[in-house]
Amino acid sequence: MLSFLARRLLSTLPVLMVVAVLVFLMLRLTPGDPAAVLAGDAASTDQIAQIRASLGLDRSIPEQFGIWFANVLTGDLGESFYYKTKVTTLIGQRLEPTLSLALVTITLAVLVAVPLGVLAAWRFGGWLDRALMGFSVMGFSVPVFVLAYLLIWLVSLKLGWFPVQGYRRLADGAGSWIYHLALPAVTLSVIYIALIARVTRASVLETLGEDYIRTARAKGLPESTVLLRHALANAAVPIVTVIGIGVALLIGGVVVTESVYAIPGLGRLTVDAVLARDFPTIQGVILLFSFVYVMVNLLVDLSYVFFDPRIRY
Amino acid sequence: MSAPDFDSLSVEAASVLRQPSAWDRVRQSGSVRLGGLVLLLLVLIALAAPWLGTVDPSLFDPASRDLLPGKTGEITTLEGETLKHRFLMGSDSFGRDIYSRVIYGTQVSLIVGLFTAIVAMALGILFGLLAGFLRWLDGPLMRVMDGVMAIPAILIAISLVAMWRGSLSTVVVAIAIPEIPRVTRLVRSLVLSIREEPYVEAAVSLGTPTWKIMGRHILPNCVAPLVVQGTFICASGILTEAILSFLGVGLPPDIPTWGNVMAEGRAQFNEYPHNIFFPGIFLALTVLAVNILGDGLRDTLDPKMAKRV
Repeated sequence: MLSFLARRLLSTLPVLMVVAVLVFLMLRLTPGDPAAVLAGDAASTDQIAQIRASLGLDRSIPEQFGIWFANVLTGDLGESFYYKTKVTTLIGQRLEPTLSLALVTITLAVLVAVPLGVLAAWRFGGWLDRALMGFSVMGFSVPVFVLAYLLIWLVSLKLGWFPVQGYRRLADGAGSWIYHLALPAVTLSVIYIALIARVTRASVLETLGEDYIRTARAKGLPESTVLLRHALANAAVPIVTVIGIGVALLIGGVVVTESVYAIPGLGRLTVDAVLARDFPTIQGVILLFSFVYVMVNLLVDLSYVFFDPRIRY
Repeated sequence: MSAPDFDSLSVEAASVLRQPSAWDRVRQSGSVRLGGLVLLLLVLIALAAPWLGTVDPSLFDPASRDLLPGKTGEITTLEGETLKHRFLMGSDSFGRDIYSRVIYGTQVSLIVGLFTAIVAMALGILFGLLAGFLRWLDGPLMRVMDGVMAIPAILIAISLVAMWRGSLSTVVVAIAIPEIPRVTRLVRSLVLSIREEPYVEAAVSLGTPTWKIMGRHILPNCVAPLVVQGTFICASGILTEAILSFLGVGLPPDIPTWGNVMAEGRAQFNEYPHNIFFPGIFLALTVLAVNILGDGLRDTLDPKMAKRV
């Protein structure tokens, strides 16, 4: 197990390395002088020269990459051009809202999607199954911001149940925190529910055809035990996998959802940085999101041991 | 005793034996019909945009700002002529006709969807063939693809557009790039399995040049899964373009796209939700149609893939 862990950790390094190179090159492949691009439209020649020197743009590209990468490894993501603070500080300030939104969304999505998927597979071809499949196509098609505005209009403006926008810190009270997160989390969870429910249904459907299910039923186990202990437990690996892959979808959704609901998190920071062409911040956020995505999928790989005892590393 | 009627017998046997072709199955699929029909309707709307009671989508009139749907107001043409115009979907805060902008926006969305799919498929097929055939290139190329896949798609798209500045071609390329790895992986895996087939081995041993094997033997076998994949890329391309425009990093705001109309309507959503709902309905309907079409194509053309999802 330990040697597997070490090997699996090592295997993420090339991917992360490629991500770093790509993020670095994105800026260098911009047509024109990167220093002028970084300085913005209103910069003077002096400022541009200063930026060029501070970035070490007079050096060769591999050298530049080496310096930048060494800084990244020591946890230095550079300084934001727009906010004039360290990118790491900026990310630290924006971490809580995004993390809260993501965790509440994942919890909600799993709690709704897995039971729905199991029930749909149990009553394969029934009304719930057909409704779920219809919902999942809809969930993939209705854009997250259209859904966000639909919910704001219906639930906040017409019914007045939830606040239209904003975020409260967890430290200011859990009630107010979840009250402000409820609508954004519901919005963001729809596409995730569609994805997880669909895979749960397919995976459980497959295990329900196995001989041990027939045996379990034949020996008179209650149907709930058959579904949960025998069918779902054996269908877990694809479900956990899709929850991990879906995190990419979630990150894309966070950028849009935070923008609509005015949540001051990393997604909002990304959009603001892009609008201000604040490249160190863009690079930092992309690196962080990609790192999280790779790590989540590493954890998913490791969790197979837990969900399927036949798998031994 | 008469001689057996061989002719009718053979016709009967043939009709029993004749397997429905892939094309027959596609045509009979309800999903393909439904999705295709809605999509066809949208294509017709896009083509006929000037004749559907629209005005120039960039025209505005300060006297007709923030009209509710169905209200009649005035709009001034570029020649300075003031026309009475019925604002079917209301007007925005500049006094532009939302109906015209949404109808013309159909053109932009369909073009972006189509070209995103074409660009992503073309590059994905190229890389996939290269990785499948040139063994020394396989490792490095696929590691790069792994890296691209590790970065959430929307982040690649918005940062590329931010650097290149939004135009139709940069937006299409920026949206297509994160889609390339999936096509590459698909083509590569197809190449690796098909090249083990006896007919490919036979072609190789006959001295057929590699490019001819790729074109004559490998690619035709990739068509079905690629069509399915292309449909889904088209749907996600339309969605991503709308998201980019909505966030203000896509096509310039004066170009009538659904995302731009919605971005313009954000500030006054509480009073005038129609600014967001009408383009939103068109967007959701379009993506839904393309996705349903894709599901139908997958179920009929690619049964192996249908089983997996």
